[in-house]
Amino acid sequence: MSMNNQGRPTGAGDPNRRRPIAPGTVTPEELDTISGDRGLDHEESLIFELDHGAVGVDLPDMEVGDDRLGGMRRTARIGLPGLSEPEVIRHYVRLSRKNYAIDSGLYPLGSCTMKHNPRLNEKMARLPGFGDLHPLAPASTTQGALELISQLMNWLTTLTGMPAVAMSPKAGAHGELCGLLAIRAAIAARGEDRKRVLVPESAHGTNPATAAFAGFTVDEVPAKPNGHVDAEALKAKLGPDVAAIMLTNPNTCGLFEGEIIDIAKAVHEAGAYFYCDGANFNAIAGKVRPGDLGIDAMHINLHKTFSTPHGGGGPGAGPVVLSARLAAYAPIPLLVADGKGLRLIEDMAAAPDGAKPFGRMCAFHGQMGMFSRALTYMLSHGRDGVRQASEDAVLSANYILASLKDVMSAPFGEGPCMHEALFDDSFLEGTGVTTLDFAKAMIDEGYHPMTMYFPLVVHGAMLIEPTESESKESLDRFIHVLHTLAEEALAKNVARFAGAPHLAPRRRLDETAAARKPVLRWKPDTLKQAAE
Amino acid sequence: MSEVRYTDQHEWIRLEGEEATVGITKYAAESLGDVVFVELPASGKAVTAGGTVTSANSALEKEPSKVNEDPEGEGWFFKLKLSDKSEFAKLMDKDAYAKFVDSL
Repeated sequence: MSMNNQGRPTGAGDPNRRRPIAPGTVTPEELDTISGDRGLDHEESLIFELDHGAVGVDLPDMEVGDDRLGGMRRTARIGLPGLSEPEVIRHYVRLSRKNYAIDSGLYPLGSCTMKHNPRLNEKMARLPGFGDLHPLAPASTTQGALELISQLMNWLTTLTGMPAVAMSPKAGAHGELCGLLAIRAAIAARGEDRKRVLVPESAHGTNPATAAFAGFTVDEVPAKPNGHVDAEALKAKLGPDVAAIMLTNPNTCGLFEGEIIDIAKAVHEAGAYFYCDGANFNAIAGKVRPGDLGIDAMHINLHKTFSTPHGGGGPGAGPVVLSARLAAYAPIPLLVADGKGLRLIEDMAAAPDGAKPFGRMCAFHGQMGMFSRALTYMLSHGRDGVRQASEDAVLSANYILASLKDVMSAPFGEGPCMHEALFDDSFLEGTGVTTLDFAKAMIDEGYHPMTMYFPLVVHGAMLIEPTESESKESLDRFIHVLHTLAEEALAKNVARFAGAPHLAPRRRLDETAAARKPVLRWKPDTLKQAAE
Repeated sequence: MSEVRYTDQHEWIRLEGEEATVGITKYAAESLGDVVFVELPASGKAVTAGGTVTSANSALEKEPSKVNEDPEGEGWFFKLKLSDKSEFAKLMDKDAYAKFVDSL
């Protein structure tokens, strides 16, 4: 099979690619198809490569001249692909069929909370009053949408026990930045200069990245052999130059940080703030109120805990709840109620008495489409339902941990876990199979791999988060597959693992080459030649 | 005459006159797996090892694979002017480092 220079197989039209088929039977591996497609699994080029200059729509001639553009009038093609409507539709439908999604199977990525996105959410988000709103529509015409945001804020502050929430951050890391900017503003308002942020070594990579981006220096706190943050080491690092700590609870080893109240007390006594990474809130929503633990700021991934889509279905949302110590610094826009109803304050100068917004995180008011879905989830589950979802998520993870730890090594498996089960690669030692091989073999079995090699504090980590969405039958099937794979690895049946996936449209990809020499952008051949 | 010492963070430091060259050990390079990105310190930066950076191996920015291929040679990271040579003397020598690695 010949390849083009971006590593994809070339399709039909290449006269050298056909191999004669010998008489008799042919195995699927031997069958070299004429089209380049494999059955109904289509090879799909980039839309720019499919371009053949067609125009998919008829547009009327311009009724006004373009004289006013003068010399700025564009004369060259702008390089958009030209395709007919059915070609465009086929392109995107084919791409969508290549996607693995929570709608097609169990998606066990740890720390990602890939839970079912209820269809009721979609129905509500598509109501014209929510779905067709323009962000610049006058407040007098958007009272329903503002009421929705207000109710969602109430749910978030009630579930977390925090007095305030900033709704505009658009994802978890954006929420982290919002929280740290609020902390920075609060420290500046006290006339202090604190530059150090403490981050445990088991943290999500976004935590130190956010601290650095917000202008702080990062100081790493070690983990103890039992997977918990070393609270004594953390306390020893506290000092007058410490601005904040960033802690995840439950942490990325799937364990609840039991010393969190002590830690919060020490942090506050040192004059610092406590940021909590809320990525794992799905383990404790409705059970524990972060405000009661002494947390000053925490983002909530609506696309995790509150069932709005990840990625392809739309953007995420990462509202940040703030303690009384930080509430005044919440960014604009601020939602306020007065005699005339609800309105958004978009101007720093118009902030109400006592409010000292640190600025603005983004244009407009946050992800309305996520707000309507998240509130639907909350209202349809109720407070007891949110609590039960957390309990079921934890139960599912413990079922997996308990069912697999006889064959897979679980570094902290002596006790229960929270919403995710962590395994390491010590059970693979001497088998010739690596964590990567094991994860890739799951693709052959029809599963998206778990999170691998994270958290970094565990060697060859495999982190499985089943969420509450899976039925016992679904979990049993998954456990059966993993249990059998682990037995195969222990029996040194390496062939199954080496070079896996064997049955995916692409075999093992060269991840090192992709990282060292990434091709990030398509370029037309003419530009490529000019560059070479 | 050069002398090589090792840290418990798996760095090697080779002292030649006033100048020390710093890189990561073979053990570290193998543990890391394929290195895909190297961020080098700017010249003039003070580093915790107790010195000031005089130059960095900019070849690593284009070819981070050198760290895997030749960690204790062409894969060096940067050169330092040591502020206190007595700190250097406290680091592990080759035998002590080998024992340290064996103990891990």
